[in-house]
Amino acid sequence: MAAEAEHAQGHFPVDPLHQFVVHKIVPLQIGGIDASFTNSSLWMVVVALVVTAFTVLSMGKRAVVPGRFQAAAEMFYEFIFNMVRDNAGHEALRFFPFVFTLFMFIFFSNIIGLFPYAFTVTSHIIVTFTLAITVFLGVTLTGIYLHGFKFFGLFVPSGVPVVLLPLVVAIEVISYISRPISHSVRLFANMLAGHITLEVFAGFVLTFGAMGTVGWLGAILPMAMIVALTALEVLVAALQAYVFAILTCMYLRDAMHPGH
Amino acid sequence: MAQDMAADQGVTTETGVPQEAHSTGFPPFNAQTFSSQIIWLVIVFGVLYVLMSRLALPRIGKVIIDRRDRVARDLEQATLAKQKTDSAIAAYEKALAEARARAHTIAQETRDRLNAETDRKRHETEAALAAKIAEAEASIAKTKASALANVRAVAIEVTGAIVNRLLEDVDKASAERAVDAVLKGN
Repeated sequence: MAAEAEHAQGHFPVDPLHQFVVHKIVPLQIGGIDASFTNSSLWMVVVALVVTAFTVLSMGKRAVVPGRFQAAAEMFYEFIFNMVRDNAGHEALRFFPFVFTLFMFIFFSNIIGLFPYAFTVTSHIIVTFTLAITVFLGVTLTGIYLHGFKFFGLFVPSGVPVVLLPLVVAIEVISYISRPISHSVRLFANMLAGHITLEVFAGFVLTFGAMGTVGWLGAILPMAMIVALTALEVLVAALQAYVFAILTCMYLRDAMHPGH
Repeated sequence: MAQDMAADQGVTTETGVPQEAHSTGFPPFNAQTFSSQIIWLVIVFGVLYVLMSRLALPRIGKVIIDRRDRVARDLEQATLAKQKTDSAIAAYEKALAEARARAHTIAQETRDRLNAETDRKRHETEAALAAKIAEAEASIAKTKASALANVRAVAIEVTGAIVNRLLEDVDKASAERAVDAVLKGN
């Protein structure tokens, strides 16, 4: 830690990227592949525990007139349930538990990541990409399972002139394949940028603070900025979880009804 | 197993010299951390999915559906109770109207019956009285007639006796003539 501080003093009081560093807590190797339990894994477990505690313990009483936590859990349930039903259709409701888990995992990762000293699981591209590719493969396989070869009709929009068809199909295929990339990068970039911005402003506060009395006054501005940004980040955390879930629902609708 | 060595070194160097972390560049693009992150994400997300789909969501869904059913049932019961109340009120009002009508008829009947009876009794009494009056009148007439008849006989006898006392031996025929002349004169 002392070495870290020494290193940081060189150019900037805080290294805005340090919060994203993954370090091993329990080194582990499975068949030559690194499977170490890292701080990232730890916070994944924390997120899963919080989600489970929230959704299970809040329903402990199963009251007809719900308490605060039960009302919140029911609100999440109905919110995601309606989202899946309205965007993906009734047939897609069998994927409701998956979309719910996805939303809750991302939402709580984003929110918990905002706490100081916490690690934001979703600020790593590999995590969001794994989630996105799971959705992509799941949706594609579901589509092929339900509709067989007809699923590929998704790439052939109706009413397009035959001359333009090869071009349009190529564009459709490329846009379909790039879905997991846009899907994952959107969440990752939002989380990453938000946390870097917060850390940079925190660095300004420390820089000003080191200047003495005048600096203390100067630190008020970036401090106010941090407060405002934190509020914005709460919004972004919820919004990105929502966007991820609703895009999943829209991809699911394509798998259920490819004839658009 | 050079990778193994590197992994072990990673732990020691990371805590000791932070530059080591930097040397791998931007942390989210550090490919060395990818495998462990994927593995743990799959494990944690899988467990969370099972917990949600098997434990949490069925419970929440059941509570919501139970509540919806219960509200619907309560509303239905309330509607039913209201219908019952309405029909009870209607039945009560009908019964009240019927009772009122019946009471009215009974009163009317009783009144009519009493009137008829009174009339009958009055007629009977009147008839009996009329009969008695007629009887009495008849007996009065008879008595009067007999009395008048007796008056003649007595008067003849008295007249005979008087005349006899006064004139001695007045024959009966002349006395009769004298009395009849007097009676006619009356």
